[in-house]
Amino acid sequence: MQKTAKELSQEDTFTLLSPTFFLVLLFFLLPVLIILLMSFTNVSTDTGFDQWRWVGLSNYVKILNHPATGQHLWITLKYVAVTLLLFNVGLGLAIALLTTSIGGKTGTAFRALWLLPRITPSVIYVLMWKYLGADAPYGLINSFLAPLGVTPQNWVAAQPFLFIVLVNGFIGASFGMIIFTSAIEAIPRDYLRAAMIDGANYFQRVRHIILPMIKWPLLFVVTFQTLSLLTSFEQIMILNDGAGGMEVWSLWAYHAALNNYYGNFQWGFGGALAMVLVVIGVGFCWVYLKFFKFSELVSQPKIDAL
Amino acid sequence: MPFRVILLIVLSVPIIVGYLWMFISTFSIRTHGLMPVDSNGNFGGLTLANWAFLKDPVLWQALLNTFVLAAALTFFTVLISSMAGYALSRIQFPYRRQLLSLTLVLHAFPSVTLLIAIYFVLKGLSSSPILGPWIGYNTMGGVILVSVAMQLPLGIWLMKGFFDGLSWDVERSALLDGCTRLGVFWRIALPMAGPGVAALSIFSFITGWGSFLIPYTFMMDQGSATLATYLMQSMTDTAPAAYGTLAAIGLFQTIPILGFFIFTQKHLMNIYTGGSKGAG
Repeated sequence: MQKTAKELSQEDTFTLLSPTFFLVLLFFLLPVLIILLMSFTNVSTDTGFDQWRWVGLSNYVKILNHPATGQHLWITLKYVAVTLLLFNVGLGLAIALLTTSIGGKTGTAFRALWLLPRITPSVIYVLMWKYLGADAPYGLINSFLAPLGVTPQNWVAAQPFLFIVLVNGFIGASFGMIIFTSAIEAIPRDYLRAAMIDGANYFQRVRHIILPMIKWPLLFVVTFQTLSLLTSFEQIMILNDGAGGMEVWSLWAYHAALNNYYGNFQWGFGGALAMVLVVIGVGFCWVYLKFFKFSELVSQPKIDAL
Repeated sequence: MPFRVILLIVLSVPIIVGYLWMFISTFSIRTHGLMPVDSNGNFGGLTLANWAFLKDPVLWQALLNTFVLAAALTFFTVLISSMAGYALSRIQFPYRRQLLSLTLVLHAFPSVTLLIAIYFVLKGLSSSPILGPWIGYNTMGGVILVSVAMQLPLGIWLMKGFFDGLSWDVERSALLDGCTRLGVFWRIALPMAGPGVAALSIFSFITGWGSFLIPYTFMMDQGSATLATYLMQSMTDTAPAAYGTLAAIGLFQTIPILGFFIFTQKHLMNIYTGGSKGAG
């Protein structure tokens, strides 16, 4: 029997999407289901995989009643908001604007410089920050501040929040830098030239041409990086392992499930913590998608215009 | 003009100073600030001993593995993302809009906390027939599959943007001439999205080169898995940590990819052209 064009199109759609479905099913949906089921159990190294039992919502009740929950939640939101606004978006945009306006080899050199934190192995990169803030005589910050009469100290321990923001922010800024630079370079030269002829100075051009033209990449970076920051903890773990009240939610989950001093890995409780994070992340996504009107970006496809 | 350069330099001070320290410390016994010192705390103590790891054959195995992982990650990420991105950009099908939102939402799933569960999935794949030895737990194939999956939200979103920005006319006439959808994708749309493919490839390669957590979790021979895990292994082996050696290994991993970036950055800077022109 002859297949209609529409049926053919549906077959092709399936072919094009099947590798994605396969990977998403195996490595996102199935794991989330496993974690969700685990979160209703008391499975841990104590119980092993043969003596666990269902415990209903008690892991979630435990989170609600945990004395540190409020503090973990607050530091997570503060860390995400400050790092996102000042660095991942703010500084990323600043570097992109500055390097594109300088252009040429100098611009490229600075972008390469800012990519370094992203491509350096995290262990070494964090070590570098520890060294910058280390106590005398090793630390660099102290050797700069000592002549000004500031008492030498270990700055990572003295200012933990500042350092977790700096360490993650300098990595995060390069993602925005790459996306924004590419978006700025894609703006037709004529627009900027016309504005220059009309006498617009650099700040006016940024305000009235560049920023409106890179609206979508801006919103995309805000959304994508909020989620990245919410779920990333590797650098904080290496920097101070959450000391000084810096235990963000994802690190808490990691500690509960995979790595703690007591050696009892509570997979069930860790799973519940992870599920809460998923809910927070999906919530952010939902707000962003609504608020930023991403649906405009998801305009009708071009096929039916044949 | 000079003002902007000065501003950039001021913003970059932590990076410049930090990496200067890293470089100096790879040739020093120890450092006070940026000054290399000997065991008495006087200036001096320069050495090449921190680079002795270059004679370790395991390092070169790790280098090869890192390259294979980065190359395979790039190939599959670009292929799978462009297939999905094309379908999402061009074809009307049920739940298309929801699927596009889902690709973004997937990024909200904390991959790191999913690792415990992914472990079980990979164990399950290990016992599958035929493919088991290739894509299960403790195989490079398994690590590649997981890494590709983690890259998909970004890849699909970007590729959809590129296809949105392409002119529809050529594809339309090819379809009217009887070319299939897949044929149009493969022979017309994908070549036209060349700059986007190049940009996503470069970004994926850079990401793959630095990958640590996934190979570290799912490969048993962590020393030779990738350069990043080799570094982690050296960190635990050489207690108390020899920072000079660690910094040297870090530099060894960083330099090739930095060169790669400098040579390809012009193409990388096409990574987000779709969205700025199209739907603004």
